[in-house]
Amino acid sequence: MLGVMVDVSDAETTSTANATFRELSTLQSFAKKLLESGTVKMVIGYSQGYTSDRAMPAFITDPEKASSLIFDKRCFHNLTMYLKTAEIKCAGKIAIVVKGCDAKALNVLLLENQIKRENLVILGLVCIGVGDPTLEKCRICNVNTPPIYDELFGKPVPNKEWTSATFTRVKELEGKSQKELWEFWVNEFNRCIKCYACREVCPICTCTRCITDKNQPQWVPTSPHSMGNFHWNLTRAFHLAGRCIGCDECERSCPADIPLSLVNWKLIKQVFEKYGFIAGMSPDDLPPMSTYVEGEEEEFIK
Amino acid sequence: MAEFKPKAIAFICNWCTYTGADLAGTSRMEYPADFRIIKVPCTGRIDAEFIIKGFEQGADGIWISGCHIGDCHYQSGNYFAQRRWSIFHDELEFLGIDTRRLKYTWISASEGRKFADEATEFVERLKELGPYEDFDQIIPKIEESGASVGGDG
Repeated sequence: MLGVMVDVSDAETTSTANATFRELSTLQSFAKKLLESGTVKMVIGYSQGYTSDRAMPAFITDPEKASSLIFDKRCFHNLTMYLKTAEIKCAGKIAIVVKGCDAKALNVLLLENQIKRENLVILGLVCIGVGDPTLEKCRICNVNTPPIYDELFGKPVPNKEWTSATFTRVKELEGKSQKELWEFWVNEFNRCIKCYACREVCPICTCTRCITDKNQPQWVPTSPHSMGNFHWNLTRAFHLAGRCIGCDECERSCPADIPLSLVNWKLIKQVFEKYGFIAGMSPDDLPPMSTYVEGEEEEFIK
Repeated sequence: MAEFKPKAIAFICNWCTYTGADLAGTSRMEYPADFRIIKVPCTGRIDAEFIIKGFEQGADGIWISGCHIGDCHYQSGNYFAQRRWSIFHDELEFLGIDTRRLKYTWISASEGRKFADEATEFVERLKELGPYEDFDQIIPKIEESGASVGGDG
């Protein structure tokens, strides 16, 4: 509901998004039960990384190891990206730990028939922000309580609505002239080394054969020169129109620090402003790029 | 100096605009010959790649045209195209592409006059804007020979 704002005060943040996530033991025992009863073959969650400042994905099949699950502010990864891999797809029924933003990705995947609902147990976590300092995506988060889950851990908080302030970063750039924007982006994309980390980490990039890997005809120049980089980044972004959930994982994984989230959030903003659509809020919403309203007309087409 | 002749590409739909262009021709209307027409089955067929590739390969302007809303030969192709262009156009603008070099129209089979007028307007606009040099800067070049390897794919 409009106007219901979550007070992200320091006290609340530390109590929920800190190393002492209150419902952690409940989560661990629930995961253990799922594995012991044979309901699921595997639980995908977070565990302690190799260094103290990192968390890493855990693929737990042994009920005894369920106690290694963690959740704190280091758990910014979007684990749903593993659902598109062949190994997980053939693993049978699995349980996955999701924050609100990750749950949005699940909705998009369900909508596009990439995953089967009956093969999934969704362990939703109430999350009030991850990362240290708190990530940009958490500042504008509208899904502190996941939009889809089977079992919820943590006390549900009312979700925020998006306002004009949500897109501040995009708006700052929009004010620039065409020449300035062109120079800005060519300069940013110049650093791209075509490692395709942005594609691999994206939960929504589900094509088994990406357009950039196709060479008859070769649409996207594969060399990491300015032109090829510009083409690739524009193509990657546009394929996410109306689908990108704004988890910002592409930007986080980019070794060249290209502000890819800006490109994506511009798309999210346009889709939101034009069609009132937010990707991933429900598995039944029709995606704006594959639907239309009879009689609608755009003014810029004469 | 010779007058600048823009290189424009027109992606137009087989059923309405192409027939409209035909009508303009058979009615002997005059319009500039500065653009290359590429016929596609429907505006819904036009991939975003076509635009990017077009600019990369030296187009000064790109014109997209199809059936009026509600007239699509395939019922809904232009509805999808319309939404796609609406979002894609904004994204191109955001990434610094000169969107004055893009033109979108709906031209029916009976609108030969409109086709000729829009074609004239577009070429005039491109002549005013001059050559599109932004993409020339990012096309990879081999220094010594000056040959372009832009089409290496």
